[in-house]
Amino acid sequence: MSVESGKLTIALSKGRILKGSLPLLAAAGIELSEAPADSRKLLFATSHPQVRILIIRASDVPTFVSYGAADMGVAGKDVLLENDVSGFYEMMDLQIARCRLVLASRPDADLGKPCLKIATKYVKTTRDWCAAHGYQIEVVRLYGSMELAPLVGLADAIVDVMESGNTLRENGLVVRDHIMGISSRLIINRASMKVKTGLIKPIMKKISAAMPDEVTC
Amino acid sequence: MSENRWLLPEGMEEVLPEAASRLEDLRRQLLDLYRGWGYELVIPPFIEYLESLLTSTGSDLDIQTFKLTDQLTGRTMGVRADMTPQVARIESVTLRRNEPTRLCYMGTVLRTRPIEPGGSRSPLQIGVELYGHHGPESDTEVITLMMESLKTAGVGDILLDIGHVGVFRGLIRDADLSKSQEAFLFDILQRKSVPELQQFLEGCRTGDSAKLQLATLCDLNGGIANLEQAAIKLQGSGTQVQQSLQVLQSVANLLLERIPGLNLHFDLAELRGYRYHTGVVFAAYSIGHGKAIAQGGRYDNIGQDFGVLRPATGFSADLKQWVQLSGRNTMPYRPAILAPWDSDPQLQNVITNLREKGERVIQSLTNQDKISRCDRRLVKQGDSWEVVSL
Repeated sequence: MSVESGKLTIALSKGRILKGSLPLLAAAGIELSEAPADSRKLLFATSHPQVRILIIRASDVPTFVSYGAADMGVAGKDVLLENDVSGFYEMMDLQIARCRLVLASRPDADLGKPCLKIATKYVKTTRDWCAAHGYQIEVVRLYGSMELAPLVGLADAIVDVMESGNTLRENGLVVRDHIMGISSRLIINRASMKVKTGLIKPIMKKISAAMPDEVTC
Repeated sequence: MSENRWLLPEGMEEVLPEAASRLEDLRRQLLDLYRGWGYELVIPPFIEYLESLLTSTGSDLDIQTFKLTDQLTGRTMGVRADMTPQVARIESVTLRRNEPTRLCYMGTVLRTRPIEPGGSRSPLQIGVELYGHHGPESDTEVITLMMESLKTAGVGDILLDIGHVGVFRGLIRDADLSKSQEAFLFDILQRKSVPELQQFLEGCRTGDSAKLQLATLCDLNGGIANLEQAAIKLQGSGTQVQQSLQVLQSVANLLLERIPGLNLHFDLAELRGYRYHTGVVFAAYSIGHGKAIAQGGRYDNIGQDFGVLRPATGFSADLKQWVQLSGRNTMPYRPAILAPWDSDPQLQNVITNLREKGERVIQSLTNQDKISRCDRRLVKQGDSWEVVSL
């Protein structure tokens, strides 16, 4: 593995997670050397001499951390549930990039059908949740624009993340069931947690102190 | 399809000459090391009946085992995915000694899926097992031998992580949790998911002190100097927890005495192999490598399926992984000496002598001046043959 001793690599993804993570990392003395929005770079130095930051796709964060290519990462619980990879700890709920995972359909859709067609990119979570709730389903794997599927008859319902609900509303869909609340977790490679504990624990403490109430580490 | 027929299946790797040579050197050194410590080599079969392979181990190993039908009996056979149960069977069924028994083994195992992402499905497993003794002495011996093995392999910068599954088992017992709650909690602790742990405990009807102790478990890790402090946080727990902590402390003390400069950590929530481990568990990590490189622990119940309850502890590792990790400098691949094709009988004597000294001498077949992987050559200087650098 490429991780040097005495150095710490943190994997983040662009968008809401990056926006939410930066203030927490800043509280731990880790600030990006340049604004990632202005740059095509993927690897950034920080104000902390021992820490560097990778900016990668959200769904790749668990893979980087699992292999030890990054020691730490911030990943949504939705991504963690979809990934079968292990080898890391999910030590903190950072309470950022919060949203809900919901089952949605057209208001008149009959969800009591013997076999429901559900469009989603959360295949594993959908299967698990539907099995636990007695739905026999066929999953249609999509990578985006899920809301379209019920409108054109591709699926009876969708499973997707929802922030404000505006996208659903604008496409004439309603929430049929709340599957779970999603927020981002701080994940840490198992070996890094042990080998670099002296570097990691103080950072976690500072992040924890910078977080809003009712959150512990 | 036909263009890809030479491709190896995922996770099945071959070892090419230079690495194979280093691997073989290391294999010999390690088996010699184990012989010096009194560990006798056993060579179990590559496949055997499934029931015997899957004793006392739980479903993980079942899923990992390749299966086939024995044409002679119609019974299901498995290709070993782990040699530990085989060695335990040999010890408790075949050898049946009434004294501590030390065994070691080395061989290829096959796995239907890798244990870790990107891991091998055909590791070369090497390990030792010590049967018939229950106590910190045997734990210490096996861990010391693991550290000695890593030193032999030239893998530097090791962190040794120790734990005791009795702490978690005891806390579960104190908290009076059901089997399904235990499984749920186990899954949470494997991921050290503090948020889920708190959520789980809120929904439990367990007493507050037991809850508090389970809640703190994810934090109870770090340098060994902090073990006493961790024990204070678990004060008031049942005797199983207290005894486990005492055993862990005494093993730690013994290890620090025996291995100078040891980088020793503890983790009371580390539950790898929890289903069959019963006591001290341990793993070695190499700084800069994202996964454990050797692991083991105490498993006192493994013989019970064979009718003999023998205490046991041991460790195992993947030799192929070790060769990748060990520096080339510690196990250099020495180039050969090129000798000409010559009818001079004296040359044959010189070559034989060099080979007996452990040199590799390659005799040129077509009188080439140069051959790859040779850095010296034999040349006739006056009356005698001398080795000169190429």
